[in-house]
Amino acid sequence: MIWGSMETFLAMGGYAFYVWGSYGMAIVLLAGEILLVVGRRRTTLRRLSLTRRMTAKDRNETAA
Amino acid sequence: MVPQKINWFKYSSPATFYFLAGKMIPWFAGAAVAFFAWGLYLGFFAAPTDAQQGEAYRIIFLHVPAAWMSMFIYVVMAGWAGLGLVLNTRLSSMMASALAPTGAMFTFLALWSGALWGKPTWGAYWVWDARLTSELILLFLYIGFMSLQATIEDPRRADRAGAVLALVGVVNVPIIYFSVRWWNTLHQGASVSLTQAPAMAAVMLQGMLVMALACWMYSIAVVLARVRCIILERERHSAWVAEFLEGERQ
Amino acid sequence: MLSLLRWVIARDLTLAIRRRADVLTTLFFFVIVVTLFPLGVGPEMDTLRRMGAGVLWVAALLASMLSLGRLFAADHLDGTLEQFLLIPQSLSVVVLGKIIAHWLVSGVPLVLMAPIVGLQYGLSPTALLALLASLLLGTPILSAIGAIGAALTLGLRGGGVLVSLLVLPLYVPVLIFGAGAVDAAVSGLGAEAHLSLLGALLLLALVLSPWTAAVALRISIE
Repeated sequence: MIWGSMETFLAMGGYAFYVWGSYGMAIVLLAGEILLVVGRRRTTLRRLSLTRRMTAKDRNETAA
Repeated sequence: MVPQKINWFKYSSPATFYFLAGKMIPWFAGAAVAFFAWGLYLGFFAAPTDAQQGEAYRIIFLHVPAAWMSMFIYVVMAGWAGLGLVLNTRLSSMMASALAPTGAMFTFLALWSGALWGKPTWGAYWVWDARLTSELILLFLYIGFMSLQATIEDPRRADRAGAVLALVGVVNVPIIYFSVRWWNTLHQGASVSLTQAPAMAAVMLQGMLVMALACWMYSIAVVLARVRCIILERERHSAWVAEFLEGERQ
Repeated sequence: MLSLLRWVIARDLTLAIRRRADVLTTLFFFVIVVTLFPLGVGPEMDTLRRMGAGVLWVAALLASMLSLGRLFAADHLDGTLEQFLLIPQSLSVVVLGKIIAHWLVSGVPLVLMAPIVGLQYGLSPTALLALLASLLLGTPILSAIGAIGAALTLGLRGGGVLVSLLVLPLYVPVLIFGAGAVDAAVSGLGAEAHLSLLGALLLLALVLSPWTAAVALRISIE
């Protein structure tokens, strides 16, 4: 273990802002991208099944 | 015995690929998590403190892989787009569209971490270094590609127009890089150059490579997930999507 | 093929002469942008002399880009472009003709105007000469690359802003070598290296971009 304690690890030899600023942005970007893709999938599925149900309803009504 | 030929075009059918991608995503996501853990361990615990830059150099375990990915993804994107343009395979074009946001994200990350690395190392957040400047222009190219595709409503035209733009970009990227490098050497005689960095310890290189692999696996996973969304959106009128939605609801 | 090329150029020039206002707008845009810079930066001649080439080149980039919208739009609206797609000769030749006409209409006036505007920036005769040469070689590249952008965004909503997003990053090498030529001439290094690189870019652009823009046009019209 090269870091004596949690504090020295977090301090990064005085470069905490730069190091954690970089890795923090990486986490924000990666997590944000994953959330966006998951959200896109959910809205796509919801919209598709909605339009499907509506067209099915239309068809039933014209048949009746 | 004649070896059986694999029919690659089978996988280029969006319907087949949709389910194949679904099976592959967990594997790549898992690999990404494992490689990130290993790479971060190497970067933060195995690699010693740098004599000149102190702990600030630990940013390169993020910065260099991000910069590699940003360029690599652009080339791959242009390749898929070009394939889609020449062979008229819809799936290749969808892959290109799915790659662009991830590539732009990595480009931005490379710029951001580069700025934060530059401040303690060079004394300024932004230096008009040839690499930084070309990276910024690469970001503009990604943004241009995405806005062009977003503006065109007809997906077929969007695919093909995007492909032309991406290919023009690929021809231009080396020219831009060399022109910027030349411009940079002309203007800043005494500037710091990344290329004169001292030889790297083996463990640092290993850490960077593992982090690059992690970014790679991550990109594949997230791009496959995105291409699945695009496939569903584009193929919404086809029979297999209807069937699939039917199955989804039960 | 040559006669087709000549015909396209003559036709576009005639159209441009009939709509002189368009040409003058581009030219005045260039002059105004160049005039605005000293107002923002300050009237110190030393600063201006150092910035001059860069400012003139950026203004030329923007001015040339502004007029790109007209490259294919009018022909697209009245259906001429679709007729061009049907002619037996290659569409690339038509595009090349239109690029040349665009340069003659929007590039050449800028080149001629540049030395006069350059005097406002206190550029020396050597610098002015290098500027003239670099603009002469560089502005056709702008028209050639711009044609690709104009073809890709043909008929799109907000195409004007979009085309700047697509085309400006691709203009970077031209800007660097163009403005660099003037700097090199001023510092006594000689502008030959920059100018020959610009010439190489010009040849590359003239070979590749008419063809690429023709491909893009077909995509946009189909």
